Amino acid sequence: MSEAVFISDVPVEPWVLPSRGVVGMACLICAEAAIFIIFVVAYIYYIGKSISGPTPHDVLELPVLTTICLLSSSFTVHLAVVNLERSKRALCSLWLAGTVLLGAIFLAGTAMEWNDLIYRHGLTIRTNLFGTTFYSLVGLHASHVVIGLLMLSLALIFSLNGSMTHMHAAKLNVLSLYWHFVDAVWVVVFLVVYVLGR
Amino acid sequence: MATQTPEIEILNQSTPTEPRHPWLEVLHGWVTTVDHKKIGLMYIGYALLFLVIAGVEALLMRVQLAIPNNTFVSPQVFNRLFTMHGTTMVFFVGMPILFGFGNYLIPLMIGARDMAFPRLNAFSFWISAFGGLLLYFSFLGGDGLYGAGNAPDVGWFAYAPLTSRVFSPGHSTDYWTLAVLLSGVGSVGTALNIIATAICMRCPGMKMSRLPLLVWLYIVTSGLALIIVSPLTAAQIMLMLDRYAGAHFFDTQAGGSAVLWMHFFWIFGHPEVYVLVLPAFAFANEIIPVFSRKAIFGYPAMVAASVGIGFISLSVWAHHMFTVGLGAGANTFFTLATMVIAVPTGIKIFNWLATLWGGRIHFTVAMMFAVGFLFQFLIAGLTGIMLSVSPLDWQLSGSYFVVAHFHYVLVGAILFMIFSAFYYWYPKMSGRMLSEKIGKWHFWLFLIGFHLTFDFMHVPGILGMPRRVYTYEADRGWMIWNVIVSSGAIFQTIGTLLFVYNMIRAYFKGPIAGADPWDAWTLEWATSSPPPDYNFETIPTIRSRRPLWDLKHPEDPDSNYEF
Ligand SMILES: [Cu+2]
Repeated sequence: MSEAVFISDVPVEPWVLPSRGVVGMACLICAEAAIFIIFVVAYIYYIGKSISGPTPHDVLELPVLTTICLLSSSFTVHLAVVNLERSKRALCSLWLAGTVLLGAIFLAGTAMEWNDLIYRHGLTIRTNLFGTTFYSLVGLHASHVVIGLLMLSLALIFSLNGSMTHMHAAKLNVLSLYWHFVDAVWVVVFLVVYVLGR
Repeated sequence: MATQTPEIEILNQSTPTEPRHPWLEVLHGWVTTVDHKKIGLMYIGYALLFLVIAGVEALLMRVQLAIPNNTFVSPQVFNRLFTMHGTTMVFFVGMPILFGFGNYLIPLMIGARDMAFPRLNAFSFWISAFGGLLLYFSFLGGDGLYGAGNAPDVGWFAYAPLTSRVFSPGHSTDYWTLAVLLSGVGSVGTALNIIATAICMRCPGMKMSRLPLLVWLYIVTSGLALIIVSPLTAAQIMLMLDRYAGAHFFDTQAGGSAVLWMHFFWIFGHPEVYVLVLPAFAFANEIIPVFSRKAIFGYPAMVAASVGIGFISLSVWAHHMFTVGLGAGANTFFTLATMVIAVPTGIKIFNWLATLWGGRIHFTVAMMFAVGFLFQFLIAGLTGIMLSVSPLDWQLSGSYFVVAHFHYVLVGAILFMIFSAFYYWYPKMSGRMLSEKIGKWHFWLFLIGFHLTFDFMHVPGILGMPRRVYTYEADRGWMIWNVIVSSGAIFQTIGTLLFVYNMIRAYFKGPIAGADPWDAWTLEWATSSPPPDYNFETIPTIRSRRPLWDLKHPEDPDSNYEF
């Protein structure tokens, strides 16, 4: 009797469910996006409201090179996933290494920018509203880059020592979704901070 | 108990009796568990603990306010009491108890063996628990070097600039910020987990259109939590940067805006009410049909209304800020948006009434609490519509009318439904039945106490009594109302104590529940009570929204009526 209802003897259509990794990452991205939206709103709301200098126009320069690096790392991580799916592990390692390198260049660029702002222009988080909103928004994004880089470096290590195979392509794909998100956020940050706010 | 069909017996060959373990081993088992049922129970237990603590805080406030010019507690202590009461109830009672039920029930209801991410589940619980611990550690550590007083006293919505270092020295506000932030991290983790579980762990045949409504509503509530808890987390990060690093987000001296904090807080704060109330609706959606002996009326409308509530609730937050002076355009928009929410809510109430209509209603304690919920939620909604009218809100905002309104929602609707859920699912969780007799005493005492307290609390609000005052003058005419309000608290306390006693007593002496004591229809009743670690020996395959009905009535299965 119970067999009739619970364990179907008639073969029905195969029962396929969405990947929980992708759904989980999509949820995380929603939550993270909400955090960034609040920081972006605060940034936009306080544009031009600082009661003392320096202003964005005085001190900010367009980070063109680092932006190109970060955005192209989206392509490299995608290529890493594709190659892992096809079991081309050497190529996967290569593209992962490229992604980590590009991300590291971006971070180095941010570090140099901040160094310049702090020691040459005297802009810190305490200086004015621009400093407050700039360092928190860009810093929040940079901390996400750092987390992504750590995860990607781990993946690179696993790829090099051979413990990551095409079986893990779905997991690397989930990580790449996070990385794409971090890149997409940078597009918004770039537009708001360096284009709109300057 | 009731009908235990032989078919269900087949599904539960496993025997729940286990050999006794030494307590250290048991403790170790609970601390390191990743089992959704144990984590669910820990969430519930931890929430009940904080419910008692925050309840005591409420009682102390009611003692202080019972008569004019009372000196039972000092103004400073009173400020700490209402801050801790509000923060605890929202972040460390409401959220964890609802996540606890969700954790326990969702995998069982969808025929899964665990949540999608069991270790994330354990992490989320422990990080939230740590947040609660930090909040209460402030009683010891909040002083700092300033001798500035211990627990947080900035109110549960902690308006700027009161929270700045200048006005809140010491560490109490830092503990508040950290506690709320950690609770937020845990909430996001669990919300994510619930959505991934409900979508990706369904047993064969459990299409989205066959999901139990409880699971559907938990998807909506979790989706909402994902979007709204993060803004609060962001605001807490900003506040921390202000307090620790000297940033100026909410520093009006440097051109910052105090109103921005209000916006950020209420973007979280209003939808949070729906995050808390949607699980209460979810319980009602399961309990009312079972005790009306009818399938729920309007399943698709129920889902659509819940999703609608989720979306609309994102666009109404500034009705908490009418007195700021937002301008006529914003006032009109937020008044109308708030009123619109009455439409999907009304759809739900009519659906429940239509489910009751013509049913063979069984007035178990769970059902009595559910009926109380229906009635009280309606009144809470009506005073909500009153407050949405901005000119009336200018008069009533910040008064006890508002306090009465939202307690009508939080206690009259949500807490009533949580009690109902306890009477309904306690047998599943413990394997024992709660006493219906003690339960009825609990219900009536709590009902009387609730109405004494919160019906009459509207009146001093209309008469102009502001919230958060630690005392008032005798000539204001508020005393009689406050006496009634405070006396209601006594009934509620006794009722709650009876409830706790009922649970403890039933755990040891309650009659054995069996797998399916209520003759219910969803999958959690197909396995033993309490369920084994792996939930189901064989993963079930289902063909309709009420798999156990199909099982018990093979001659007339629900699957014949699906469209
Ligand atoms: Cu509201």
